Amino acid sequence: MVNANFRNVRLVPALQRMGEDWASDQQTFKQMPWGKVMMWMFLLSDIFIFACFLIGYMTARIASAQHWPNASEVFALHVGGENVPLLLIAIMTFILISSSGTMALAVKYGYEKNRRMTSGLLVLTALLGLSFVGMQAFEWTKLISEGARPWGNPWGAPQFGASFFLITGFHGTHVSFGVLFLIIMAIKVMRGSLDRARPGFLTGRKGSYEMVETLGLYWHFVDLVWVFIFAFFYLW
Amino acid sequence: MVTNENQHHPLRVYLWVWLLLFVLSVLSYLVDYVGFEGYLKWALITLFMLLKAGLIMAVFMHMVWERLAIICVVLVPPGVLLFFMGLMILEGRYTLLARLEFFLH
Repeated sequence: MVNANFRNVRLVPALQRMGEDWASDQQTFKQMPWGKVMMWMFLLSDIFIFACFLIGYMTARIASAQHWPNASEVFALHVGGENVPLLLIAIMTFILISSSGTMALAVKYGYEKNRRMTSGLLVLTALLGLSFVGMQAFEWTKLISEGARPWGNPWGAPQFGASFFLITGFHGTHVSFGVLFLIIMAIKVMRGSLDRARPGFLTGRKGSYEMVETLGLYWHFVDLVWVFIFAFFYLW
Repeated sequence: MVTNENQHHPLRVYLWVWLLLFVLSVLSYLVDYVGFEGYLKWALITLFMLLKAGLIMAVFMHMVWERLAIICVVLVPPGVLLFFMGLMILEGRYTLLARLEFFLH
């Protein structure tokens, strides 16, 4: 029995409601379009993939008997006669956070049915994502020209290259696909497909502004993963 | 069809979180720039990382406004990853010891 003193705490009604949601017939996730539930399921599986990559990197780094390259020096940029540590990575981080901000605003204006703002912000998000991928390509080129390979590098433990190319490559692929979907969604918003509930070309799903939020979940997740990569791979 | 009309939030909330994310990123970059070492460095990096991740999930991904049923589905399963991480720390240390033992003798 729930103590009467705790009835006013917000958590208890929430727990009660969760019990009712899971015990109910037909539908567990109330007030949530199925597309959004499925996006969360996909992101959950993606969390496990990225976590396994990061844990694999951690294991390789702990088990390595050789010196692990110092990311602060490896990723330094030579600016104005001195080495600035992690400069490019810091700029990439700020760009990705900015793109997350513009995406969040796109979702907000989408629910207000403001087509101009939504499509503009989606295009801006795509451009920021594109510049992120461009900087990553520059970073890869620089590292490869300095001799970094998946099987070895001039700075220390060979597993450094394997972890770097796998983790940032997989993340960059996510960003690239995100940019593609952002452009598609911007076009849909611009031509009014979401207002008129026009069926999609591939799936036949009727357009609605919840799609912008679902795509937003994916894009924020890409930013979320970068937070962990930035902390564990570049700063640790 | 279920509609999702409850995710309307004021602009102010998004802009504040955006600003906070910028500040936290600057702080985590400063940890490296200033050159802290050891437990202080790792503690600060982890703290800023978790705060950033929490803000993105809670506000940008609208998690604080969702029902507990979906929150639990998303947040509880990754908990086992922490257990997995703990196991692999033990495994990694054992491998390192075995390597040192083998190469040094």
